[in-house]
Amino acid sequence: MRKQFVQTTEALLAADSRVVLLLGDIGVYAFRKAFAAHPERVFNLGICEQAMTSVAAGLAREGFLPIIHSIAPFVVERCFEQLKVDLCYQQLGVRIVSVGASYDYAALGCTHHCPGDVSLLRSLPGMRIVTPGTPAEFDRLLRAVYADPLPAYIRLSERSNPAAHEVHFGRATVLRTGRAATVLAVGPVLGGVLEAAQGLDVTVLYYTTLAPFDGATLREHCASRRLLVVEPFYTGTLAADVANACGSLPMQVRWVGVPREFRTGYGKPAEHDAACGLTAPQIRASLEEFLHAAA
Amino acid sequence: MNQGPPTTPPATSLRRLRETIVRAAANAREGHIASAFSILDILWVLYDRVLRFNPADPRSEERDRFVLSKGHASLALYAVLADKGFFPPETLLGFGGVDSPLGGHPDCRKVPGVEASTGSLGHGLPMAVGIALALRLKRSDRRVFALVGDGECNEGAIWEAALLASHHRLANLTCIVDYNHSTDRALLLGDVAAKFAAFGWSAEKINGHDHAEIERALTRPAGGLPAVVVAETIKGFGCKPMEGDPSWHHRAPTPAELPGILAELR
Repeated sequence: MRKQFVQTTEALLAADSRVVLLLGDIGVYAFRKAFAAHPERVFNLGICEQAMTSVAAGLAREGFLPIIHSIAPFVVERCFEQLKVDLCYQQLGVRIVSVGASYDYAALGCTHHCPGDVSLLRSLPGMRIVTPGTPAEFDRLLRAVYADPLPAYIRLSERSNPAAHEVHFGRATVLRTGRAATVLAVGPVLGGVLEAAQGLDVTVLYYTTLAPFDGATLREHCASRRLLVVEPFYTGTLAADVANACGSLPMQVRWVGVPREFRTGYGKPAEHDAACGLTAPQIRASLEEFLHAAA
Repeated sequence: MNQGPPTTPPATSLRRLRETIVRAAANAREGHIASAFSILDILWVLYDRVLRFNPADPRSEERDRFVLSKGHASLALYAVLADKGFFPPETLLGFGGVDSPLGGHPDCRKVPGVEASTGSLGHGLPMAVGIALALRLKRSDRRVFALVGDGECNEGAIWEAALLASHHRLANLTCIVDYNHSTDRALLLGDVAAKFAAFGWSAEKINGHDHAEIERALTRPAGGLPAVVVAETIKGFGCKPMEGDPSWHHRAPTPAELPGILAELR
């Protein structure tokens, strides 16, 4: 997905002279062609995420379309107040593209993990949140939001689903329908969810836009009143959105995601998936247990 | 663009603006009067003699940009903007009201002439860096001014912005530091001009209540570097009981105090 970020951004820089790219000293080598092609609109601002966010706000105020980029904890948590005040309160269209979702950088430790990004950003009025699951989806979604008047967060994951799907900004995609339960899959967990759901009579809804949240699609595709939400970040991040969508319906909801604790082990992301219950066989087991308990 | 010789003798005009500020704060029982008085001379000179703007077209590309980074001094900005025709002066009477466009910190989506919504310290100067970069991209010769407080200079983002502005040689950017020493009690900043100079800025110190000095410093040729003007000021300037009294930082006069305060205004 990172390669796609470079390609899509290069294309946008070439096509629209309002696009400006600001890097927080991350991805500089990958963007070497963009630096050469558009030296006046591509900047490595250094390691100062707070100022970078405010600088992007100033550029947006003057009609430019900035894209800022760094590792998730630095471009979300470090400069959270700049995102709140400079971008959301002022309603300025800046795109924040992060790399290093949840524990993608497992071996670098907790300072570089960020399973709380979406939960935090969901608290900011007006912030759009996009979680593509494949490079093609990233391309489509960045192009959909890059010139939007409101700020948008695009969450890059090191891992991609095996197949891309037809996705649209602001809308969930109904991938299959079934009667026993509905599974809501967010971005890069879809591959595991589809594998887990094989042969089971369940609906699978695929969410790549989390804000604004497409509550209507969820409401319309949950006749079983049994919902399993599979999140690639802190468990329950979408709880308020799910409750808003389905709160008036009697509903059983189960969650699979990242527990709210510091994951102090290192290792590989796949090992953390296993510890969180996010592998395909574990999702399958959660789903079967849910269906069995409901029967 | 609105520029010409000042129509009102400064002393008279400033006393009237101070009265507007005090009455607005007294009505609302809210506001940072002393902070507003600290920067009023600077803002008055800036809008009367330096900035190019058109109050009938506040977002004109041809304007110079001014960002009040220390947003809590909003009353001074409102008084000057109203005086220059951006909105009717009566608007000040509703300051702080639930439906008023004018709040304790300025909102650029509500107030004509306000370039940035500020309040949390350390945001305005880096936003001004972004605006200065944008004007360079547009090949505009307009200038960008940001006003920060000395307390605000405790924030790390100010120094991030200082590094960025000099690295990118933003000669169209001028930062004014309202050095009223209100945070000496917390964190001594020492020689702020020398600190900015060490960060690669062209730095100058002035008396922030001397109109001729302010005008000269804000109109001098940029010389290829971002410029900082460190203005020595007195918090509460122009109202003796407030000068140097920290209790007035965030306090509005009671109805009983109001006549006494008005009588003290210079």
